Amino acid sequence: MYENTFWEEILNITLLSLRVSGTSVLIGALIGVPLGTLLGLRQFKGKRTVMHFVDVMLKSMINTFMGLPPVVAGLVVYLLLTTSGPLGWLGLLYTPTAMIITQLIIVIPIIIGVTMSAVGSIEKSIRERALSLGATEAQAAWLVLREARMGILTSIIAAFGAAISEVGGIMITGGNIRWWTRTLTTAIVIETELGNFKMALTLGAILLSISFIINLALTIVQLKGARK
Amino acid sequence: MTMKEKSKILIATLTLAIAIVGAFAYEQHMRSQKSIIVLATTTSTYDSGLLDYLMPIFQEKYNAEVHVIFVGTGQAIEAAKRGNADLVLVHSRQLELEFVNSTYGIHRVGVMYNDFVIIGPLNDPAGIGGLKNATEAFRRIAEEGDKGNAKFISRADKSGTHILELSIWNMLGLAPSNKAQTWYIEAGAGMGAVLRMANEKKAYTLTDRATWLSFKSHLANLRVHVEGDAVLLNPYAIILVNPEKYPQRNYKGALMLAKWMISEEGQNLIANFKKEGEALFKPIARNIELAHMLGFPEQEKELEWYDAQNL
Repeated sequence: MYENTFWEEILNITLLSLRVSGTSVLIGALIGVPLGTLLGLRQFKGKRTVMHFVDVMLKSMINTFMGLPPVVAGLVVYLLLTTSGPLGWLGLLYTPTAMIITQLIIVIPIIIGVTMSAVGSIEKSIRERALSLGATEAQAAWLVLREARMGILTSIIAAFGAAISEVGGIMITGGNIRWWTRTLTTAIVIETELGNFKMALTLGAILLSISFIINLALTIVQLKGARK
Repeated sequence: MTMKEKSKILIATLTLAIAIVGAFAYEQHMRSQKSIIVLATTTSTYDSGLLDYLMPIFQEKYNAEVHVIFVGTGQAIEAAKRGNADLVLVHSRQLELEFVNSTYGIHRVGVMYNDFVIIGPLNDPAGIGGLKNATEAFRRIAEEGDKGNAKFISRADKSGTHILELSIWNMLGLAPSNKAQTWYIEAGAGMGAVLRMANEKKAYTLTDRATWLSFKSHLANLRVHVEGDAVLLNPYAIILVNPEKYPQRNYKGALMLAKWMISEEGQNLIANFKKEGEALFKPIARNIELAHMLGFPEQEKELEWYDAQNL
């Protein structure tokens, strides 16, 4: 009986972690990749224009948010979702949805930032060549995106890595409720505190395995890309 | 890549996204069919395992789901005040009365009690072993602390335990702080974490007996030095969140859980919760005389009120 609940709980925690981080990265990618591509494709001629200034400010802001401490994201989402707060009527505090929103704030800047620099580094050479060969703007943009796909993939995987190992933010907005909002990382915190080292170590090993699988996939894809 | 391939990838990604988000929404919808009760409580009731023992029984019987947020008493009451919980199970008379006076909390009722003990390193550098007076013990710890012989770890998290600790220092006219006194360590952590820290640092601390008993087997460097002072009694109260303040909260569920906790059944289950043969909490809801003694002058009235509520 004990062994059964032990593994059942571990499965529950692992699946929740994967789902929360997976969903936030998926939504984050749907928002972040187009935005990152757009910013990376932007080209401003003439250095003193207002648009150039806006562009520089925007990019610096994204780079700042890429390093946003997760607990700050947690604090902001908490204040938004708390029952007396502006979005309190949604009743989302202490739910997996609240955790997904928190992680979205963490992953979107990462995806935008890495996509932006990947697209930006390829943009000039490819786009100009394509345009000179008679491609339309849209075709040229697609070509750049295609060439930057490794960078975009990297951004998504980096975002997932950040999300799955994040603890401070989801602790605040999820509440670490057993069987409901307890993830691999928050469970390790509480199980260590309670002295259940067997549980904590098992969860740690699972977290490490997930990281390894992600990086393995990344390496394989990158090697494949390099061969082409 | 052709246009066709592009649109295929796009459609596949979108379908996947919709499926995942949909599955989530569906699960949350299914969950919301059940009555979800958010109980904000202290680390001691959670760390001791009491709630993991009680809640499944309640959930089974009432087809409800209890989401337990375990923090210090101060934070639990704060969460309830902000409307993020349906009821609290806490232990600090001062904070409880403030909560009720603010009209955010209603119907404070005594549920159970246990007691605090002062634990410390085996060699007892402050020489407090066997004292019956907690205040005197604290005085000696401070004295030896200033000399660099003893350390004390404070929860420093506005928990019930922390508030009691502060009131004992206050009786001595002391207000130790990590800033001025190196022997006074402000941890900002739950009871379990502080016990582990005390074990590592060979320091004194104040703990509730339930958490101490649950953790004792891992804490080879510590033992109980002081117990039995009336100051160290630790009564727990349930307080409902005022539905007039937060009509969107699950008042009915909170009432259901509170009624069950103070019912004959709930009280018997609490009395039967044991660790290493020792009962960790003693029920008081239906022992009016004891409840009066432990700081619940309205116990009889509240009990009548709860019993009269029909669900």
